[in-house]
Amino acid sequence: MITAITSMAGLALIFGLILSYAAFRFKVEGNPVVEKLDELLPQSQCGKCGYPGCRPYAEAIINANALINLCSPGGENTVHSIADLLNRDFVPLDQSTVVDNRKTWAVIDEQKCIGCTLCIQACPVDAIVGSAKQMHTVITAECTGCEKCLPPCPVACITMVKETPSLALWHWPLPCGAISQKAA
Amino acid sequence: MNEYLLIFIGTVLVNNIILVKFLGLCPFMSVSTKYETAWGMGLATMFVLTLSSICSYLLHRYLLVPFELEYLRIIGFILVIASVVQFTETVLHKTSPLLHQVLGIFLPLITVNCAVLGVALLNIQQQNNLLQSAAFGLGAAAGFTLVLALFAAMRQRLNAADVPWAFKGAPIALITASFMAVAFSGFSGLVK
Repeated sequence: MITAITSMAGLALIFGLILSYAAFRFKVEGNPVVEKLDELLPQSQCGKCGYPGCRPYAEAIINANALINLCSPGGENTVHSIADLLNRDFVPLDQSTVVDNRKTWAVIDEQKCIGCTLCIQACPVDAIVGSAKQMHTVITAECTGCEKCLPPCPVACITMVKETPSLALWHWPLPCGAISQKAA
Repeated sequence: MNEYLLIFIGTVLVNNIILVKFLGLCPFMSVSTKYETAWGMGLATMFVLTLSSICSYLLHRYLLVPFELEYLRIIGFILVIASVVQFTETVLHKTSPLLHQVLGIFLPLITVNCAVLGVALLNIQQQNNLLQSAAFGLGAAAGFTLVLALFAAMRQRLNAADVPWAFKGAPIALITASFMAVAFSGFSGLVK
């Protein structure tokens, strides 16, 4: 019993000493600025900045010239401390880290439409049907949401509609950092 | 020399660690989706298995047997294997960044693999000596790499194949693996 405990404990102690010595002796020096920057970030590894984690984001700031205001969990304080560390100007926190790429399309208020055909001429994809003095309407499936039909309309009867987010349509924004760069 | 060659070929083909002994099935299923990754995993396994067979043999022969502590071999082997792999990973990171990039992520992954512990225990069971243990470990790892690379190559083709909907993904992979196991059972009797 005693031999078992002492031999296991001794073995663990020896290996622990060897490993700690190795960690000290064979320490790999990374970029010290990246280390400091990494310490400033909240370490929640949430990926909201678009990079796979806090350290990749820190590396991207140094190596890939990423913006310093992408970390929304860290807030303005983090942006301030990063700006101080790198001697850069403070940039307000980027609120649009999540890009709104829902489908948009135009809708014509048919009660107001006077049938002038100006929007039909403006539409680059022929998504508007109708003829002179007749009510127009938009083929939703064809509309690309380019908004080119808005300025010509003399009665301002065209509005842009966004797809309502639902559980089936919603998805995480794709990371724009290391992963997609590798894929590209 | 002949004897070690027999051990090596015997463990690669006849007593294949994956398809005959059914050890290390999790990396076999999970790391076999890409051919290149399969090779990385195979090389890392070869490295770890050979090293760990030697280390666990030394531990068993010079510590556990003299003190009559054979019942501690599982925890002892895990301790030794984990420490040695961690040590090599640290040294590798410093001395050879390129090799570390190839093997780096797989080294900790393979440490906690049942194949590594299984080979160490089988060595004790078969009462192999030091060199025989090393040959057994290397052979087991070579067999692992061979099967993993073959399987990964097949899975890449399966992804493009017109598989019935119900069998897509994991089911067809498991069926393929079972066919491979049947094929490898044809090697039994090759080496006595």
